[in-house]
Amino acid sequence: MQIFLNGEAREVEANSTLLTLVLSLGGDPRGIAIERNLEIVPKSEHESTILQPNDHLEIVQFVGGG
Amino acid sequence: MTIDTALEIAGRSFSSRLIVGTGKYASYKQNAEAARAAGAEMVTVALRRVNWSDPNEERLQDALAPSEFTYLPNTAGCFTADDAVRTLRLAREAGGWTLVKLEVLADQKTLYPDMEETLRAAKALIGDGFDVMVYCSDDPVYAQKLEEAGCCAIMPLGSLIGSGLGIQNPLNIRLIVEQARVPVIVDAGVGTASDAAIAMELGCDGVLMNTAIAEAKDPILMASAMKHAVIAGRESYLAGRMGRRLYADPSSPLAGLI
Repeated sequence: MQIFLNGEAREVEANSTLLTLVLSLGGDPRGIAIERNLEIVPKSEHESTILQPNDHLEIVQFVGGG
Repeated sequence: MTIDTALEIAGRSFSSRLIVGTGKYASYKQNAEAARAAGAEMVTVALRRVNWSDPNEERLQDALAPSEFTYLPNTAGCFTADDAVRTLRLAREAGGWTLVKLEVLADQKTLYPDMEETLRAAKALIGDGFDVMVYCSDDPVYAQKLEEAGCCAIMPLGSLIGSGLGIQNPLNIRLIVEQARVPVIVDAGVGTASDAAIAMELGCDGVLMNTAIAEAKDPILMASAMKHAVIAGRESYLAGRMGRRLYADPSSPLAGLI
């Protein structure tokens, strides 16, 4: 199924969770925040949140800034 | 001798009055060395999309650990109150803390703060439980409104972000300092050590800077210079400067001249 991750379309397996998505991308679940369809998903729910078709995800982290 | 007290912001105590940014450095490693040379306890950080194309990309937290420096998430690049609130809610989720730096900018060319949007965002964030340190224009009226809204630090610009033009309106900074009951921190515009000293001599409680250190030929040495400048300016302010005179006043006795 298709989702939108950080503004780009991406294919993921049906029934993927947020946590499996992050891990499959080689991401570190620490220090990130996830917004799904404009709602923040708390870290405690990354493992239990199942992705739905056309979900819009924003996954962000801290970077250098002034 | 007068002994300085700690800088208190939203119940947190800091012995350093210099806050540094984490942008524009050659590497996060150099950034960390500069932050240590500056004696900084707090660093500003930005929030951006994870770059999935390069999983081995250097990570900010590896060089500047949140256990060593208090992270102050900013809203740089936000031009509306809604964007700023959304960004800081994500920052709170990513980091787990509520102390933030709010900035809502008006246009790309000047990065001047949009005070109407800034005040709107500040009220929304404070209502949502954030401790808001707010980047603002050097307008004493708006500074007062932000304080009344509950901001925990007022951070007027010395001059435009990244300009290095120093404190362009010391009178307004002084007016803001005189009226404020929360810490006043000059944010933006510092170009060299004397600018930081001037901010502190005006009675500011701290200085926040990024480019002045990051774009120096030797950022580590400039960070050290800024540390000394902030301390010198602070001590000078506490010590109370001499009065100004139009004419000379000899320091050696007039009596006993041969």
